[in-house]
Amino acid sequence: MAETRTMTINMGPQHPATHGVLRMVVELDGENVVNAQPHIGYLHRGIEKLFESMTYRQALPLTDRLDYTSGVSNNLAYCLAVEKLLNIEIPKRAQYLRVLLSELQRIAAHLLWLGTHALDLGAMTVLFYTFRERETVLEILELATGARITPSFIRIGGLAADIPDTFLPRVMAFVQEFPKRIDEYETLLTKNPIWKRRTTGIARMSAEDCINYGVTGPVLRASGVNYDVRKAYPYTSYEDFDFEIPLGKNGDVYDRYLVRLMEMRQSTRIVKQAAEKLPPGPVSATDAPQVVPPDKNDVTSDIASLIRHFKIMEEGFEPPPGEVYSSIESSKGELGFYIVSDGSNKPYRVRVRPPSFINLGALPKMIEGALVADVVAAIGSIDIVLGEIDR
Amino acid sequence: MEPYYYVIESIIKIIVVVSVLMGFVAYLTLIERKFLGYLQVRVGPNRVGWWGLLQPIADGIKSFVKEDIIPDNADKPVYVLAPMITFTAALSMFAVIPFGDSFTLFGREIKLVLADVDIGLLYIFAMGTLGEYGIVLGGWSANNKYGLLGSLRAAAQMISYEVALGLILIGTIIIAGSLRLTEIVEAQRGMWFVVYQPFAFLLYFVAALAEINRIPFDMPESESELACGFNIEYSSMKFALFMIAEYLHLVTVAALITTLFLGGWLGPVLPGWIWFSLKTSVIIFIFIWIRGTYPRMRYDHIMKLGWKFLFPAALANVVVTAFIVALR
Repeated sequence: MAETRTMTINMGPQHPATHGVLRMVVELDGENVVNAQPHIGYLHRGIEKLFESMTYRQALPLTDRLDYTSGVSNNLAYCLAVEKLLNIEIPKRAQYLRVLLSELQRIAAHLLWLGTHALDLGAMTVLFYTFRERETVLEILELATGARITPSFIRIGGLAADIPDTFLPRVMAFVQEFPKRIDEYETLLTKNPIWKRRTTGIARMSAEDCINYGVTGPVLRASGVNYDVRKAYPYTSYEDFDFEIPLGKNGDVYDRYLVRLMEMRQSTRIVKQAAEKLPPGPVSATDAPQVVPPDKNDVTSDIASLIRHFKIMEEGFEPPPGEVYSSIESSKGELGFYIVSDGSNKPYRVRVRPPSFINLGALPKMIEGALVADVVAAIGSIDIVLGEIDR
Repeated sequence: MEPYYYVIESIIKIIVVVSVLMGFVAYLTLIERKFLGYLQVRVGPNRVGWWGLLQPIADGIKSFVKEDIIPDNADKPVYVLAPMITFTAALSMFAVIPFGDSFTLFGREIKLVLADVDIGLLYIFAMGTLGEYGIVLGGWSANNKYGLLGSLRAAAQMISYEVALGLILIGTIIIAGSLRLTEIVEAQRGMWFVVYQPFAFLLYFVAALAEINRIPFDMPESESELACGFNIEYSSMKFALFMIAEYLHLVTVAALITTLFLGGWLGPVLPGWIWFSLKTSVIIFIFIWIRGTYPRMRYDHIMKLGWKFLFPAALANVVVTAFIVALR
């Protein structure tokens, strides 16, 4: 009998379906995966180390370079951690706007995921439909924050500025329109027999496995585990909003798809509520003059404000020594920041808990014995962003 | 003098058919991109010429001037030969397809078909399969693992649908009583075969999608899995030959569906070749539409579809057709 030999192929770092620069060394027996090993680090920029040489304020733009598909969520996670360290209170209006923006960002991130995931499985048209809506969301974000991808709009102590008057009408128009668009995607995919056969029962993870691997986010919820930081440990007034956590049953690629679609519908609900209930008031903490810069108009007319502005920009602020961990539910899962302060104006150490990195750890488990085509489906279903994995 | 006229007639027909076909194939790429563009809320190519009309020419020039790379470890003769095989096979398939009624010119009856051979349908099967060899050899000879996987998929896919493909058409052959395509068309003067053989029509449509390697059956290529599969190492005109062959194959298969099920050139009022082009275009549009709508199937699913559904269904179709024809 002839000897069976396996073939090792290198998927990535340049491969259309590895979503950036993930490299998979896949050992194949025919088309069956015998062994798969993800290799990471091609996008390493030393962001965690860079934090240590910047003041807390300066370091903010680094965060939206982590998961560049959901910049607002990253800003929020970092700001919440620093605010926890400083122990300052954020006004309600700022909190609601944070919720609104980060839910819009979640929709944008999920749309990006849906389009690319469908493209990975060969359905090219969905990409253009989702990007049409993603563009609308990004334009709304740009209207408020001035940037599409890397807003850095959520600042320590509140927001950089209040929203313009034209913002809320556009948000409401989008909220009205968007559920119909989701129905449109669903007509293309949800009941499509080819789509179902490609995704049902593929890359299955049991609830127990998910917990053992530390998987979070839609991948975990698709396996039926009801864990969402927004509900479990509400932050930024999420307890004020009425929304549900969509759960899957089988933990396969199809359920992850359904969970994310339902999450987009829930996010739309949250955005609508936040826009309707948005209270008046300031958008930055009023009791933290050492953290929040003074009003721009005062800086040119009032010497005390000028000095305060200069001090905050040049030296930053000095939080009390201590350690703090704070996490949010980003579009990929639980995104946490662990900050150690030594009492100086720069963090002693910042550690990011990136959901993609930990979810990627479960990939070899998911694709044991699968086919090459399933590897692509599995990578897509985890929704990884290499900027966050490699940092 | 008779043989000379025959040669001249044939040469003229070949020149006309090949230029029209190649021109159509070139512009089919533009039509496909435009049509997909409108499906996908974008406009498609519109930079080169008005409405992108010079795009195919620009693509052609680009293919010619690109560097032609042959990998060091490739099996060079096979590597060079593979696109030629695929291209030649795809181009010569069209030879037996009748694209219009016969007419009389200078006292000679001229049939609008290049080669009206007795075994037309067999010839088409043979050429279609030969074209697949080019894909298999091309992927294998490039000495690239993705190419090899693409080739293996092409080979596996070819075997799974080819058997069914032949069996599906036996029903048509039984009714027409001939393998000659002109006679099959003539047999549809009363009624198109799509009415007699609706099931076979649908089956053939699916199998034809698999034969021309298009979504949802574009296994050998599957760019998001195998990063283009069999043609991964090909560049320049060799790559273009594969592309042209793919579109030629698409046109030929659409023309074949027209001929076998939709009455070929038959139709009222308008001349035959216009009816033929219209019907073929409709089929091509449906192919493009499917590409814009469906995801890619997994290759073991295609195998299951081929052996567990298409094959038995085709057999059943043959049996039922034979039974009815025998009773009549």
